[in-house]
Amino acid sequence: MLGRTANGLFWMFRYLERAENTARLLDAGLRMSLTRGTDYAEEEWASVISTIGQKANYEAKHDSYDGMTAWNFVLREKSNPTNVREMFEAVRTNARLARTTISSDVWEAVNESWMRLDELLSRPVGRGAIGDVVGTIRRAGMRVHGALDGSMLRSEAFHFARAGTFAERAESTARILDMKYYLLLPSLSYVGSSLDSGQWDQVLRSVAGAQSYSWLNAGQIDARGIVEFLVLDDRFPRSLAFCRTALRDNLAALARLHGQEGSSNELMRAADMHISDITVDQILEQGLHEFLTDFMARNAAIALAIAEDYRFQS
Amino acid sequence: MAAPSDNFDEMFDASGNTRPAYTGYCDWYDHQETSWMRQKSADCDDSFRRTGITFNVYGEDEAEERLIPFDMVPRIIGAGEWRRLTRGIEQRVRALNSFLYDLYHRQEIIRAGRVPERLFRQNEAWLPHMVGFTPPGGIYTHIVGIDLVRTGPDEWFVLEDNARTPSGVSYMLENRETMMSMFPDLFSQVPVETVSNYPRRLARSLAASAPPAFKESGRAKPTVAVLTPGIYNSAYFEHAFLADQMGAELVEGSDLRVVNGLVQMRTTSGFKPLDVLYRRVDDEFLDPLTFNPDSMLGVPGIMDVYRAGGITIANAPGTGICDDKAIYSFMPEIVEFYTGEKPLLPNVETWRCADPDSLAYVLDHLEELVVKEVHGSGGYGMLIGPTASKKEINEFRAKLKGNPENYIAQPTLSLSTCPIFTKEGLAPRHVDLRPFVLVSPSGVDITPGGLTRVALKGGSLVVNSSQGGGTKDTWVLKD
Repeated sequence: MLGRTANGLFWMFRYLERAENTARLLDAGLRMSLTRGTDYAEEEWASVISTIGQKANYEAKHDSYDGMTAWNFVLREKSNPTNVREMFEAVRTNARLARTTISSDVWEAVNESWMRLDELLSRPVGRGAIGDVVGTIRRAGMRVHGALDGSMLRSEAFHFARAGTFAERAESTARILDMKYYLLLPSLSYVGSSLDSGQWDQVLRSVAGAQSYSWLNAGQIDARGIVEFLVLDDRFPRSLAFCRTALRDNLAALARLHGQEGSSNELMRAADMHISDITVDQILEQGLHEFLTDFMARNAAIALAIAEDYRFQS
Repeated sequence: MAAPSDNFDEMFDASGNTRPAYTGYCDWYDHQETSWMRQKSADCDDSFRRTGITFNVYGEDEAEERLIPFDMVPRIIGAGEWRRLTRGIEQRVRALNSFLYDLYHRQEIIRAGRVPERLFRQNEAWLPHMVGFTPPGGIYTHIVGIDLVRTGPDEWFVLEDNARTPSGVSYMLENRETMMSMFPDLFSQVPVETVSNYPRRLARSLAASAPPAFKESGRAKPTVAVLTPGIYNSAYFEHAFLADQMGAELVEGSDLRVVNGLVQMRTTSGFKPLDVLYRRVDDEFLDPLTFNPDSMLGVPGIMDVYRAGGITIANAPGTGICDDKAIYSFMPEIVEFYTGEKPLLPNVETWRCADPDSLAYVLDHLEELVVKEVHGSGGYGMLIGPTASKKEINEFRAKLKGNPENYIAQPTLSLSTCPIFTKEGLAPRHVDLRPFVLVSPSGVDITPGGLTRVALKGGSLVVNSSQGGGTKDTWVLKD
């Protein structure tokens, strides 16, 4: 496979994951703003905008953080260079680039989702439409992943796609947790004390983990439990540990197919140790923010090493 | 459903009876509900949109990707009729290939005084770099599209030869796919020759043209790649489609580099040599060291590798000269010179404006002629006398007088029609036909079918997709 094509696949799935995660963030924000007062809602939307790293761009254009302004900014505003419409455009452009390595099912899933989203996002999204938009984005992700899983040969292409997915997902979960870690902090000093349940719910919803968490913890709401769940629980498909393992397995598969390991495999092993031998208490002791910062730096270094190992660029 | 009176309709004769090739289809059609057919027509559009079969239109900001309209009534050619056509096409394609070989070697046809030397001397598509060089297997035109038009039961004419980079074959394939998924029962009633193996035939034909370096390499299978200018090119869909269907790599210039005297592509495990390059990039962009130095689309040094037998470029550089309409006007002589036979498929009568007598005639008859630029394509830069305004004709007259060598003229043909499906039912529209021809050292291979282009406006003769034309599935019936 061409290095350029591998690059296209990797980024196609990163953008797809990013679009989906952004939709979940909006979904969680929406829920918060509906169940809390106006002041609180404003704070919530500000936090959503910060999480996607667009605070400066937002505030350059808008004076306040009301819901409709915020979600339109996230979804479709041109002053936001990471708006969802453009993310999805990038998914499709990369899919076209890598067209000869993805199955028709995957391509059609991307193309149809793009057509639908492009239409939904061609005009401002009102209160009546936001639910549909968020749902469409999430379904797009599920449909493309389903097509990938069900129709693709387990060759290089598949593993580059998967590597992109999990590199992005790890980054996203870490970032959301890092944005919200201050919410968990006060309670950490009182181990066992319960959190504001709405806040708790919001963090978990942002990473689609509310349901899983409540299955596992039957109503028990505490900061330590959430950190353990999102960082170390390898049964949850968006936890850092799960994403790491999945990324490692896909990089190992690539090394096998190529008959040799590269620097990405080496970095992966080191990063793996960093997360597999640690307990939640140790993480809290060293500082969650410090832990997450280190995690994200390693994740970024692995992504760069993949590009290097497989000649993404000339 | 009466036939139009003034031109040949392929479905119905003058008294409204169905012609033999269409009886199977019409039997089926008469049993379908109109409302169901309308629904199917909308379904076809959706299906094309979903698969992403679009082409990009230059100079349009909005809607940068457009769908070529598809009409679901097939264009049908009988088995015997097709056999006659293929004989004419094969003869013409062989002559084109011999002509190119001769033009870049001893130029016997010019020595014999059958075509004038100025024809290629002043032609930009003529490549001095190809002189004295024989491409692998002696093949210049690996892929050719011959545009045909029809005016009567047995009156077929060649309108254009497309030897540079003929496009549209993906529509031939996708049109058939769409028809088969929309109307499966139709295909069980009417026996139609398959076109779906075209990509395999293309892959085989390209592999058979592998260069000497491959034969010495000891590798089992030649590596074939499609070279595209990139995703913003109007035909990118087709490039990706063909690479995908052939199992070939889809490469851009930036993926390729000359390493150890071979053209190699940057794969995830290092540089790998390439044997056959099906390029969809024009000659002038192919090699910045030899041609346009600003080209980012090509591969520096590829022409040296080519001349040393390290790679096959399909079609061969310099082949585009055959698309020139001044050369076209000499095709009857060219066919006769190289095959020793009369052309089986005639040209449309053509006046060369370079010739003073012809020019005088053309200037006198502009209202009734079609005038084309010799290097033009896609229906641009031409005058259609009968539909042009006085002003347009006068402006064109001035251009023509200023540079007569740049033009040829042809009579306005009464093109055949084939019905399309409209809200009001079947309505006749003008059509042409582009069959696709593959040439390799193992022979000439013509896929039974082709691309039928159709003018969607009643009475219009312009079938080009860049100007609002549509396409139809083209059936060749089995014996």
